Amino acid sequence: MDFSLSPGAVEFRAEVKAFIADHLTTEVVDQMHATGTFNDKAFNAALADAGLLAGAVPGYGDRDPIELYLLFNELEKAGAPYDGLAVTMLVAGVINAVGTDFHRSRVLEKLLTGRFNCCLGYSEPDHGSDVASITTKAVRDGDEWVITGQKMWTTMAHVSDWVILLTRTNPDVPRHKGLTMFLVPMDTPGIEVQPVPTMATERTNATFYDDVRVGDEWRLGEVDGGWAVMGVALAFERGVMGGTNPAVPLLRHVRDWATGATSPDGGTMLSDPLLRERLARTAIANQVSQLLTLRAAWIAATGGLPGLEGSMAKLYATGRYQQAVAWFQEMAGAEGLLAFGVEDAAAGGWIDYDARHAPVTTIYGGTTEINRNNVAERHLGLPRDR
Amino acid sequence: MDLDLTEDQEAIRDVFADFFSSETGPERARDAEPLGFDSRAWDRLIETGAPGMGVGESRGGGGATLADLTVVVEEAGAHIAALPLVDHMVATRLLATVGACDDDVLAGTTIVGLAIRPAQDGTARTVPTGAVARQVVALDGDVLVLIEGDPGAHLENHGCLPLAHRRLAGATVLADGPDAAGAYRRALDEWRTLTASTLVGITRTALDLGVGYVKERHQFGRPIGSFQAIQHLLADLPGLLDGARLLTAKAAWAGDRAVAGQTGVADIGDNEITDFATLACMALVSAGEAATTATDRSLHVHGGYGFSEEYDIQLYFRRARALSVVLDDPARECRRLADLLLAGPSTSSPPDADHLTSGATR
Repeated sequence: MDFSLSPGAVEFRAEVKAFIADHLTTEVVDQMHATGTFNDKAFNAALADAGLLAGAVPGYGDRDPIELYLLFNELEKAGAPYDGLAVTMLVAGVINAVGTDFHRSRVLEKLLTGRFNCCLGYSEPDHGSDVASITTKAVRDGDEWVITGQKMWTTMAHVSDWVILLTRTNPDVPRHKGLTMFLVPMDTPGIEVQPVPTMATERTNATFYDDVRVGDEWRLGEVDGGWAVMGVALAFERGVMGGTNPAVPLLRHVRDWATGATSPDGGTMLSDPLLRERLARTAIANQVSQLLTLRAAWIAATGGLPGLEGSMAKLYATGRYQQAVAWFQEMAGAEGLLAFGVEDAAAGGWIDYDARHAPVTTIYGGTTEINRNNVAERHLGLPRDR
Repeated sequence: MDLDLTEDQEAIRDVFADFFSSETGPERARDAEPLGFDSRAWDRLIETGAPGMGVGESRGGGGATLADLTVVVEEAGAHIAALPLVDHMVATRLLATVGACDDDVLAGTTIVGLAIRPAQDGTARTVPTGAVARQVVALDGDVLVLIEGDPGAHLENHGCLPLAHRRLAGATVLADGPDAAGAYRRALDEWRTLTASTLVGITRTALDLGVGYVKERHQFGRPIGSFQAIQHLLADLPGLLDGARLLTAKAAWAGDRAVAGQTGVADIGDNEITDFATLACMALVSAGEAATTATDRSLHVHGGYGFSEEYDIQLYFRRARALSVVLDDPARECRRLADLLLAGPSTSSPPDADHLTSGATR
């Protein structure tokens, strides 16, 4: 094995780091946390203009696919607003894999400019992990489809130009077989977006679809073939496009805080043996998370679809992140509860933020339990339980 | 970037998977208890050249890289071989750097071990292969010494490792000074890396044993592997296994690069770690955790049978724990790691044999 990056990848990573140093200002970071929208259109557009999004669509183009991993890993490590961009590029990858020329010219090419966003419309109020049971209806009417229903956790819908929408087109067949995916412009009449505030200040949405009419050209994949499209989308989502190294900025923030913070036992917090042990354990977990993610990227780069490997990376990384957050919040004591902008907040409020954010990481993008089911059934070959 | 084994390494893996599968395994490990040495398998291993394969070809060895050796010892761990292979490989490489690896040691007809803990009161304590090795390399202060003589009295133990204390009195001085200590530290990092790979092999088989058992065992009219509570105990393990294997491979890669003069970095703020000493420590902690967790869960899903001597999982369970702590408490390893990480980017340099002195007896 060779863990060194190619000269081209090293150069690309240096360009991304330089871009981040130039463009990830305090204002950009403050804005994302103040609004709860982890998407910055100007930042995304600047990334595209700098040529850094050319390799950001999974499976698309002739750039080294490791660039995709490097881009999102650097953005995640830096604490940049990349959630909206990752989802957008994921949708671009789905369009590239299953879309038509119409989808490519009308949507994919625009997404590559960094000036447009997409969001994911899978979950519903009553159907989350059991997503194959969704009830949002799409009924054919001539050359059009009429869509009615409600989606939940439609994060970025309020800044998005399109949503990929999982709908039921045939209620009379087994549930996986009656689903169809659509790419729907968000300005289509009948769509309403309502904010759903969260305890981490991150904003998500509920979206409502009331007799939304789209032409058949907006269908993504086959009629009743939506489950296969979901499979492609999920394989791209888990692991490769950020989300598996959240404890890197956490570790950096805690280390920097501990260097100056006074321990109640005397000395600095950085001299506390238990804190040192936990910083080291977190550093190990960060390396393992990086390597499991890199493996998923490596599989994608060599022509595979790293669904299971992404599940393993997500399971490991999110569990360790939550463990680290719990350790550091306890060890920071009352100052670890203080928020951004409050004097004396441990690590400038980052510990409070990470402790608020961490619970969602084992829920979104496939819960820990769903990922364990995947690994148990598809990797270990254990009998299906449901 | 290449996360696949080389073709040569795949060939090495296949050869040694066959070897350990036919010459070692749980039955042989049982027969070798409590000492933990299968002399018949060692004699056969000598025929393969494995004991000296990590020594450079110019010194009569097989010229294998540290990365190659991890492939061999993962198979040894997976087949629970009761052999002093890791310690012998590391000690021969260390002896070769000071020009003191004689032909019998290179061949494996004389077994050499490594004292992995600092000597105390003139004794190298709980040397991992001290009860079977005629030679043991130890560090006494900053003096690298060679203990020779009959193997020490076996200390019966949890993992049935051939542990023994060895007295330093009468040991031959191999080298002294900072370079001697540096060469020893490098050897200890190789020991960490190869022990991690052994633990990866143990983890792999422990998972296989658990999965195999829960598919066969029926309760309530169904295979117990169909119950989600059982599935979820096992589903975390492939990530731990693959993560530990990748980290161990990365440590070996960094170790081989260090020999070639390429130093690494250790920057936790950017999660950029290419320093060998750092990665070796990380790999051992990570693989130790993977092995103890996998053997614990696999034993548990065996129910009472997992606790019985008859089933193989208990062999793996005990060795996972023994190999995870025989160097030190993993928490103390983590604090040592923190000293490497929080002191800022550190570098590891290759052993420089030219500056080492040898010869005197003390």
